[in-house]
Amino acid sequence: MSRDDIVLAIKDIIQTIAPDEDLTNLDHTERLRDQIELDSMDFLDIVMELRKLYGVQVPEEDYKELASMEGCVNYLEPHLADKELHCASA
Amino acid sequence: MDAPAAATRGGRYDAVVIGAGLSGLAAGIRIAMYGKRVAVCEKHYLWGGLNSFYKRGGRLFDTGLHALTNFVDRRVSGKPLTRVVRQLRIPYDDLDLAAQSHSTVVSDGAVLRFSNEIDELIENAGALVPDKKDRFVALVEDLRERRLGEEEEPERSARAELMDRLGDELLVDLLLIPCCYYGSARENDVDWDQFVILFHSIFLEGLAMPRRGIRPLLDLFKARLEEQGGELLRKAEVVRVLSRDGRATGVELADGTLLEADTVLSSAGRVETSRLVAPEAPEGATAPLRGRLSFVETISVLDRDPRELVGGHPDCTSSGVVFFSNRRPFRYERPEDDVDLASGVISMTQNFPGAHVDDAGAPKEPVFRVTCLANHDRWTGLTGEEYDAKKQRWSDGALAAATAFCPDVRPHEVYRDVFTPTTITRFTGHHEGTVYGSPKKVRDGRTELDGLFLIGTDQGYLGIVGAAMSGISMANAHVLAKA
Repeated sequence: MSRDDIVLAIKDIIQTIAPDEDLTNLDHTERLRDQIELDSMDFLDIVMELRKLYGVQVPEEDYKELASMEGCVNYLEPHLADKELHCASA
Repeated sequence: MDAPAAATRGGRYDAVVIGAGLSGLAAGIRIAMYGKRVAVCEKHYLWGGLNSFYKRGGRLFDTGLHALTNFVDRRVSGKPLTRVVRQLRIPYDDLDLAAQSHSTVVSDGAVLRFSNEIDELIENAGALVPDKKDRFVALVEDLRERRLGEEEEPERSARAELMDRLGDELLVDLLLIPCCYYGSARENDVDWDQFVILFHSIFLEGLAMPRRGIRPLLDLFKARLEEQGGELLRKAEVVRVLSRDGRATGVELADGTLLEADTVLSSAGRVETSRLVAPEAPEGATAPLRGRLSFVETISVLDRDPRELVGGHPDCTSSGVVFFSNRRPFRYERPEDDVDLASGVISMTQNFPGAHVDDAGAPKEPVFRVTCLANHDRWTGLTGEEYDAKKQRWSDGALAAATAFCPDVRPHEVYRDVFTPTTITRFTGHHEGTVYGSPKKVRDGRTELDGLFLIGTDQGYLGIVGAAMSGISMANAHVLAKA
């Protein structure tokens, strides 16, 4: 999956978890929680969706890497290199 | 994933949930959403548990639903209701909730009206006891700031704390009456940390009613469970939790079917779950954990809306809910007698704007529902005639007690149904009709067995939203969090 695809994958997951949130104009360097309403339960769901859709396991000590979109892409790039994008919207 | 065809009994699951009430269904939905195999086992044909429904006299009645607490608008994030809809991925609109206009608390003639706007409570409390208004405001501000769910000293007394802060028995009673009834398993008091949560759910958040009653909500939860691949097994009473070496391994049903699972989540209640682990153990073992509070509820169907009748305090007659105590100080305890008519809760669903309609959207007959504390032991061992006579006598009494602040609805009754502590036990399995469970809650849900966890009232909080949050958080922590 390309870095752009990873962005799409994360956005798609967030949209599944929080359908009412507007993800256009998301700043990739700012924390996600500062831009949209995501709490720790939602964050756990993001991790669960990554596991369900892509088989990626994120240990608890790595959760902080996923704070921003850029952080997500950097962290997940090696894990998702050989995966296909699963998108509800794609 | 397609819902399974008529579930064949027995087999291996990732998790089994005991009880298809709100907590069980919510837990099942979360587990199924992440592809784990889950069976939710319900003793009865109808699901819903303490929040279910039944048909009598050609009418549909909801059990346990005076009002849904924790009501917030869809845009308010981080609150239990919006968390529940997000976690279960149920559209907020599908809950079809009608916010209350107002409710009242009555303490020996003093009437406090409140709504889903906290300022109304503050104004009205301040008008009742002007020299304590500042202290009341300070209390509300402090309660508003608190982070919920953080463990305070266990079992610290809300009554003592409130008396300390407010210094006024009337104000303390006005806050305690709703918080005890919505609710406390502890006699005459509420645990302080529970009070904080109840204050949020009743006063800072608010009350609402599903427009068409509980049934559409239950159908919604069941549909969500099954579309995610979870199974709802009905007429599937769990009679034993199976274990080996101190670890739960599954459950046994009344018909002998065995369901194997790594994790069992039980909404049966703390005491009731212990009995499932060791059905042969003597009952005395659980005595200190048993709840003492049960209720008699009188449901009166009327040919006229009470608001058209003469008598009563207008704020009360038009309330969604009236929490009352005709005596001060308020006593909330198992009565010596069959029923304690000095306090209770009245609910009038038709007073929630837009609620109390049938499936076609047509208004239903007005209902006046009165709930009072009852002594379970005085309702057992009766002949059919004795039981019916007691129900008649005490329901008459409850409707009479309500005339202190509401009209007398008895001349306009077209139908009455009464349920008692034994009705509650028969239909929900909760010991001695204790709808609020054991006074000793288990916040981490842990039990004597590894892999067996409590959900529902004895783990979490009361009400539809509280129960759903309990099922969700225990499923998240004990089923989904595992690698």
